[in-house]
Amino acid sequence: MAERPIGSENQPARYGAGLLKGLAVTWRNLTRRSVTAQYPDVRPELPPRSRGVIALQEENCTVCMLCARECPAWCIYIDSHKETTPATTEGGRDRSHNVLDAFDIDFSLCMYCSICIEVCPFDALHWTPEFEYAEFDIRDLTHDKDRLREWMWTVPPPPALDHHAEAAKELEVTRRAVQDDT
Amino acid sequence: MNGLFGTESWWVVIAKAVLIFLILVIYTLFNIWFERRVVAKMQHRIGPNVHGPFGLLQSLADGVKLALKEDIVPTAADKVVYVLAPILATIPAFMAWAVIPFGPEVRIPFTDTVTPLQLTDLPVGVLYILAVTSIGIYGIVLAGWSSGSTYALLGGMRSSAQMISYEVAMGLAFVSVFMYAGSMSTADIVAAQAEDMWFALPLLPSFVIYLIAMVGETNRAPFDLPEAEGELVGGFHTEYSSLKFALFFLAEYVNMVTVSALATTLFLGGWRAPWPISLWDGANSGYWPVLWFLGKTLIFIFVFVWLRGTLPRMRYDQFMKFGWKVLIPAALLWTMAVAVVRRIRLDGGMDQQTVLIVGGIAVTLLLVIAFIPERKQPADDEEPAETDAFAGGYPVPPMPGHQETRPDA
Amino acid sequence: MSPQDGPRQVVVGLGAGASGFSADGRGYERGGGGPGSDLATTDMVLNVGPQHPATHGVLRLRMTLDGERIVHCEPVVGYMHRGVEKLFEVRDYRQIIVLANRHDWLSAFSSELGVVLAVERMLGMQVPERATWTRMLLAELNRVLNHLMFLGSYPLEVGAITPIFYAFRERETIQEVMEEVSGGRMHYMFNRVGGLKEDVPAGWTGRVCDAVAAVRRRLPQIEDLIFGNEIFQARTRGVGVLPVDVAHAFGVSGPIARASGVDLDLRRDEPYLAYEELLADGVLQVVTRTEGDCYARFACLLAQVKVSLDLADACLERLTEMAQGPINVRLPKIVKAPEGSTYAWTENPLGINGYWLVSRGEKTPWRLKLRSASFNNIAALPHVLEGCVVADMVAILGSMFFVVGDIDK
Repeated sequence: MAERPIGSENQPARYGAGLLKGLAVTWRNLTRRSVTAQYPDVRPELPPRSRGVIALQEENCTVCMLCARECPAWCIYIDSHKETTPATTEGGRDRSHNVLDAFDIDFSLCMYCSICIEVCPFDALHWTPEFEYAEFDIRDLTHDKDRLREWMWTVPPPPALDHHAEAAKELEVTRRAVQDDT
Repeated sequence: MNGLFGTESWWVVIAKAVLIFLILVIYTLFNIWFERRVVAKMQHRIGPNVHGPFGLLQSLADGVKLALKEDIVPTAADKVVYVLAPILATIPAFMAWAVIPFGPEVRIPFTDTVTPLQLTDLPVGVLYILAVTSIGIYGIVLAGWSSGSTYALLGGMRSSAQMISYEVAMGLAFVSVFMYAGSMSTADIVAAQAEDMWFALPLLPSFVIYLIAMVGETNRAPFDLPEAEGELVGGFHTEYSSLKFALFFLAEYVNMVTVSALATTLFLGGWRAPWPISLWDGANSGYWPVLWFLGKTLIFIFVFVWLRGTLPRMRYDQFMKFGWKVLIPAALLWTMAVAVVRRIRLDGGMDQQTVLIVGGIAVTLLLVIAFIPERKQPADDEEPAETDAFAGGYPVPPMPGHQETRPDA
Repeated sequence: MSPQDGPRQVVVGLGAGASGFSADGRGYERGGGGPGSDLATTDMVLNVGPQHPATHGVLRLRMTLDGERIVHCEPVVGYMHRGVEKLFEVRDYRQIIVLANRHDWLSAFSSELGVVLAVERMLGMQVPERATWTRMLLAELNRVLNHLMFLGSYPLEVGAITPIFYAFRERETIQEVMEEVSGGRMHYMFNRVGGLKEDVPAGWTGRVCDAVAAVRRRLPQIEDLIFGNEIFQARTRGVGVLPVDVAHAFGVSGPIARASGVDLDLRRDEPYLAYEELLADGVLQVVTRTEGDCYARFACLLAQVKVSLDLADACLERLTEMAQGPINVRLPKIVKAPEGSTYAWTENPLGINGYWLVSRGEKTPWRLKLRSASFNNIAALPHVLEGCVVADMVAILGSMFFVVGDIDK
């Protein structure tokens, strides 16, 4: 191996000064307040976008299976059956629709990527910042549709967007509609 | 030396011995808590604050938990030595306290017996401490050797070398104190400081050398090479668990207190009250001195903690170099200077201040040199090794400094 | 050299491959005294890892030691291989982002950026300006996060326990704003083909500004605490020198290479996003050193944090001046990259991170080759380690700034 210059940076020798400087830093911090989060006593304030756990608005789900298909970890299990509502008017057609039987998310597999929430066309899935659902048994990490429904109560409203941002599509549509009316 | 030593009734001796043991164990528990709290504050954390008032019982809880853990003896271990080692490390740590004076003569409550707050004293008290604490090193060396693990072996080796080296500097730092006090008995040294002044002032270089040596001696940061967890996992106690590990832990903290107590006794006036308090008449009588003594010791403990919270670990060879090439020569020089000054003063000659200042400057200079960064020896120029470019049938790129050879096609 | 006449090797250590027990299970063979040896010194093989505190995970170094000196070192990688390239092939481009930010968990944003840049280039897609600048801002914040991690963990490895807490306080400050915008603290999953997932929340830019200012204000604490420390300098200066030719030979990149004088930074040399403009403004500065030792690598990291904070400020300034506009492109339901291939590389915090994307017009890539920074960087490790002592091993290993997931992919 070729010989290399060692310590070629010419710094004035201040032997001991660096040590004292370091001691001064720790001394100063000794008198400062700690920044420790008092977690179990004081709950953290998490931003609304925090990806804690997925909540299911069961009423919105049409069993389109998009979430289950798009999930990169294949951790969503959906089961459903078809029900037929008889025609309400004479000569009308019977309408069939899907009824959700089971909607399970296995959080031991979930990668928290939020693709399922993004692809859901009917806003049935939402993130909530809740995170206290550790279990002693890995099987309990599979949340069924009732448990997922319970999380819905903790879903925060989405934050307002920056004023440089493009207005939301829905808002834009409403604005145009209002304009057209007047 | 107090005439009472050696003539006291047996129950006084036993009571004092038990008390010292208890104080040490409790003080150790307190110190562990103290260290964790102080380091936590330095790192803007809180530290243990749940168990007991201010979390004071945390170390007790940890100790109980540690004792209840599974006791593992590795198959490769030399069983007898493996079990003996932690005992060998702990007992001397406590024994050193026999000659540490906690206070003056006091009357034992509810009796008429008057006794000094010191288990016993010897004409060579400090030498006794040096002798006893060096037995503790055997505990560490043997622990490293008997564990049957490379990491532990390296840790044990390092620690033996380290402690032996720093014992020399430590001993030399004491010599000037002996010369000033005219005695090796701890009680006499404290008394000598009462007449004169705290030896830390006239013997500042000795004090500094001792401070450095005591950190090295107790394997504490920045000299905690034997347990360097980053490289040697746990050093000599890698393979230890449960009570055996707890004993090492206890020994380390007791040793920390021992060297602090020794520093207090030898340099900071022992149990005598510091200046503003010493104006009060009752400060140096009764049981109050125990408080001053423990307070002074705690200052040293704080320094230990402060250093640990700030400094990175030195490298083994740098550390040894520092010990042998800087600390020991400096201590020797300084001891010589003190000897010369004492001689001159006894002869009623030159002003001692001048000589001491000159000596002090010389020693400080030496200490400064100590921190010059290490220069790595340039590695011997290797001859370009020949490598087979198709080793094992797979083409491999040539490494720098290697010559490529192709197998005969 | 045939195995018969080579030095007899005794394997000891922890973890896989440790085979030091003699056949009868009684204990280790010790150097020289083993059966069949005529007191020849045996080389000791020390397995550092796969479980060792210095290896940040499951890197394993098989080192041949001569005393405390490392004669030979062989990194054994692959303990964390997850076959990510194969997994890429069965996932569409949005799903790939999920995996792409996981191989180097400390530079998640930069890694996912490479994937979307590749796909966007294949599609010939124009990304909105707001997206470009926000991406750049987040990438620089990610770089700060990454570097802070190593600025904290490296001192820890050389024995200073406090800097990591200061580093984590700064990390927390930045992670808070990262979480607010993306919802994730490590795996941001915020890039999408054509821009970002969603626009930033109201008032977020102001909070980022504050966070950047806070980190800049408190960064000198880490610097004062460790960077100027004489012990730290003694441990790192001239230690583990990576010569520039070795860096070239192994394709070492990033701060490690720049510390050796390899003046390569893709942000300047092959600008992506809008780094060109920042370069013209003089905000983007490439930090290089020539020494190539551990100290230079650490210094590089520290200086890069400052540059990245400046870059983040410049991005924020542009974002606040910018007109209202979209942050992503509306995509069809299924994104298919047209047939062809491209190589997109980015200057990740740890070095060059490249994706070679081959598409056959499917919605999944036909092949997505990942060139990760740490893999190449760690390949140079044997050259740096050989000839060093074990105590330096940790200092060097820590200064090579790697993430095991990035090595093993």
